[in-house]
Amino acid sequence: MKLPGMHAQGVRRGQALKAVAEGLTAQDASAGLEEKYEAVIGIETHVQLNTATKAFCRCRSQYGAEPNTNVCPVCMGLPGALPVLNARVLESAVKLGLALHCTIAPRSKFDRKQYFYPDLPKGYQISQFDIPVAQSGWVEVDLPVEFGGGRRRFGVTRAHLEEDAGKSVHGGGGRLSGSGFSQVDLNRAGVPLIEIVSDPDMRTGLEAAEYGAEIQRIVRYLGISNGNMAEGSMRCDVNVSVRPRGRERFGTKVEIKNMNSFSAMQRAIDFEIARQSALLEAGKDGEIVLETRLWEEGAQRTISMRVKEGLADYRYFPEPDLPEIELTADYLEDVRASLPELPDEKRRRYAAAGLSMQDVLVLANNSDVAAYFERVLGAGADIKAAANWMMGDITKYCKAEKILITDVAMAPETLAELIALIGDGTISGKIGKEILPDLLKEGGGAKQLVEKKGLLQISDDSAVEALVDEVLAAHPKELELFRGGKKKLQGFFTGQVMKKSGGRVNPALMQKVLAAKLNGQ
Amino acid sequence: MAQRPQLLKKCLEAQPVFQKRCRAMATSASNADVTTGSIKQLQGDLRSGARSAVEVAKEYLERVAKTEPSVRSFLHVAEESALEQAAAIDRAIEGGKALGPLAGVPIGVKDNICTKGLPSTGGSRILENFTPPYDATAIARLKAAGAVIIGKMNCDEFGMGSSTENSGYHITANPWDLTRVPGGSSGGSAAGVAAGQVMASLGSDTGGSIRQPASFCGVVGLKPTYGLVSRYGLMAYASSLDCIGPLANSVEDAAIVLGAMAGHDEADSTSEKQKVPDYTANLRPASELDSRPLAGVRLGLISETMGEGVDPGVVTAIQAAAAHYEQLGAVVEEVSLPSFRQGLPAYYVLAPSEASSNLSRYDGVRYGLRVEGDELTSMYGKTRDQGFGAEVKRRILMGTYALSAGYYDAFYKRAQQVRTLIQRDFQSVLSKYDALLSPTVPTTAYQIGEKTEDPLSMYVGDIMTVNVNLAGLPALVVPCGLDQGLPVGLQLVGPAFGEAELLRLGHVFEQTNSTWRNADLPELVVAR
Ligand SMILES: [Zn+2]
Repeated sequence: MKLPGMHAQGVRRGQALKAVAEGLTAQDASAGLEEKYEAVIGIETHVQLNTATKAFCRCRSQYGAEPNTNVCPVCMGLPGALPVLNARVLESAVKLGLALHCTIAPRSKFDRKQYFYPDLPKGYQISQFDIPVAQSGWVEVDLPVEFGGGRRRFGVTRAHLEEDAGKSVHGGGGRLSGSGFSQVDLNRAGVPLIEIVSDPDMRTGLEAAEYGAEIQRIVRYLGISNGNMAEGSMRCDVNVSVRPRGRERFGTKVEIKNMNSFSAMQRAIDFEIARQSALLEAGKDGEIVLETRLWEEGAQRTISMRVKEGLADYRYFPEPDLPEIELTADYLEDVRASLPELPDEKRRRYAAAGLSMQDVLVLANNSDVAAYFERVLGAGADIKAAANWMMGDITKYCKAEKILITDVAMAPETLAELIALIGDGTISGKIGKEILPDLLKEGGGAKQLVEKKGLLQISDDSAVEALVDEVLAAHPKELELFRGGKKKLQGFFTGQVMKKSGGRVNPALMQKVLAAKLNGQ
Repeated sequence: MAQRPQLLKKCLEAQPVFQKRCRAMATSASNADVTTGSIKQLQGDLRSGARSAVEVAKEYLERVAKTEPSVRSFLHVAEESALEQAAAIDRAIEGGKALGPLAGVPIGVKDNICTKGLPSTGGSRILENFTPPYDATAIARLKAAGAVIIGKMNCDEFGMGSSTENSGYHITANPWDLTRVPGGSSGGSAAGVAAGQVMASLGSDTGGSIRQPASFCGVVGLKPTYGLVSRYGLMAYASSLDCIGPLANSVEDAAIVLGAMAGHDEADSTSEKQKVPDYTANLRPASELDSRPLAGVRLGLISETMGEGVDPGVVTAIQAAAAHYEQLGAVVEEVSLPSFRQGLPAYYVLAPSEASSNLSRYDGVRYGLRVEGDELTSMYGKTRDQGFGAEVKRRILMGTYALSAGYYDAFYKRAQQVRTLIQRDFQSVLSKYDALLSPTVPTTAYQIGEKTEDPLSMYVGDIMTVNVNLAGLPALVVPCGLDQGLPVGLQLVGPAFGEAELLRLGHVFEQTNSTWRNADLPELVVAR
């Protein structure tokens, strides 16, 4: 498999190597390691669903409430309380499963994953063990053009439902050990999660980051989660191992946690690949151990958090309080029919309409931008013209103002109107560009603004003739020179007419009238 | 009229001070005997104004005060709230409001069923002083039907046991013989009904915990079909087996209590959306029955329950019961359930497995007992060590083992397969018979302390009952005779949601069973 974006990737990994080299020993880092070694990356993504209520009780599933206010006997694990599955949670999982091209299990079930922790009220987490809602799917992504582009398909092993635990707050430092006391907030306990397990198909930090970003786009497109990594509503745990190229067997797997952006994920993985490659190269295979490492954003490195001693035995068994989930073909069809266009479908459609991949990625990959763009198209705008405005002036404006597309006052329909006004000659493109910032800032109709500002294009024959006549009369000397053969002066007259009209004269008509008057009188 | 145990005789022997009060009660009770009235009679009395709900509640509370020192069937007597509930019923009567089917009925509730505002410990020290903020669905429904909750009944810790000897608090005595166990785990619920402390009670049945004590204490007990009565608010022991059901003086009373709490509950995903019939509709008094009221009924006597290991006196009583059914017109044939003996070991894998998980929540973090430790693990360890009794620990260990990686297939999975087998066997036999007959327990009530050192011998006592739980079927226990002065209960097993027919069969038996009705009347009744 040819790796994408080798160059850019090489640069990034080179930096990581340098860090490793400084942290370890200089000779460990040598050039060309990425030609020699190959990384295998798998990702477990936890997506917190945005349902109004929790997975198994009627408590509100909301962030930022006073601790332990969104709780009830069920999510507090009181004696005798029983779970009841929130139908919206199941629907979200089916939607996601379908979007990930998975096989949806007609019959699946819940299981109990058992361990003791203070923020786990029942002493077990309701999860799905051997029969997840969704299995065997894939996502396809288009890698960024600046990293060499290319299309990749990554397998999805499974997607299953589970409930979140509460939050432990340890007094005196963030860790349990050494704390004088700990407090537990159960507002988050029972909040629905979907865990998506990828196949070990990614080979670089970039691929992993793009996979994660695509999952985020999908859940946002589906409207089932806000997918916010910084808030923790989407969490990615990454498993990285490195092996010599050509070898079948996987190397020792290291888990990395604590990355709160895709860019951090990419850097963490590349660092880890470089670290493990360097250790392999130095013959220190034994120093790569089954462990969990934390990404330190400040130091730009991973550090060991805990070494895994054998496999934890969670004593899974079928949750007796919840009946099996049975999904009828009709139900699946209804959910399938309700799916919106997904990011990859949108990208394919834009590309087919002739947009460049650069434009496609920008316009399709951000759900807000895409939604805006779709409304522009929906109002009848030409896709290429609309893309040009979005990619050009509007992007520039948002960057300068440090705002998002959702913050601009201009309705998408207004952009379509603006494009139409230019197209039918009501205003010139130049005027269009001039009034755009006003529209973006103040909103309102395009035509309305054009009229208010008196910027309608002058396309009336007699009005243009009058303008030209005035200019010619005001410059008898230049007219004489022109007629004497200095034809270059036509540009001068064009500029004068344009200036006199305040830029509003229809350029084509003006050229025609000017040429006629200059030459034929 | 149900038979009464020789309770007072024992009271007199054991409690000199108690003597006078007992005698006083025995005479004063001669006109309106609180211990023998039926729910229907009470409804009539309340509506006619012959008695008030408060009077009735007071009568029962007095009875509790007199008998409790020797029987000890309660973990908590809810005098104050009971009188309040009764007063509310009286106000409703005065106001001419419609009354529920359990108006003013004094009821005892097994302590593993959550009652809002009343301590609910499940018989465990780990929940000492725990008061739930909510009512179990069954309790909410009983209250809505007008029931007066007299108190919380003793039980084996979290339902694990067959004698109340595993209660974290005290042992309940069998009112028929205070030196014997009342059975368990719903021992307090059964003893309370037998001793006339409550008119009816709620128990829970995971492997026989309603039926076995009903048999030992000579009362009626019903384990409903799994899913008929909501488990919401029942402290889970083995979720796939647990059922709440009634214990009462008569089949009719049990039917009325069942009807008040049965039916789908949104809060319990395993509760079924079955329509609840009027369980009393087909219950006819003896005077209305013809000579062969059960003609056309086919009953199967489970042969595996009548052989080796079953007390001869129990076998005799059940054979007599079978003969009685034949006299009533039913056809009784011996039937075999080949998987019968596999049920007990399967049960003792599945129930502890689920228990090991269900009891994880008692960790000292949020409620109940907490024993502080140097760090988290030691807090867990100390709390659970001091909070749980030996039998609970034993079952947690067994269950944890059975669910462990590498053992799961050999134990849990295999036991589930046996469960399927048992379900099929029952299904096939119940397609030919209206109900199956068997003893409830191989023995009558044994001596307190007799089996505490040998848990296996106690487990064996569950052999007649656990299969019914594994199959999720309903079973009714009706007293059918005495073996050396101790009650024997007949178990009738029916098809899923066949409670109405089971109750009819039990009721006809009860109305016509002269053996039971004319047996040597105990001291209490003679005294009157
Ligand atoms: Zn809740």
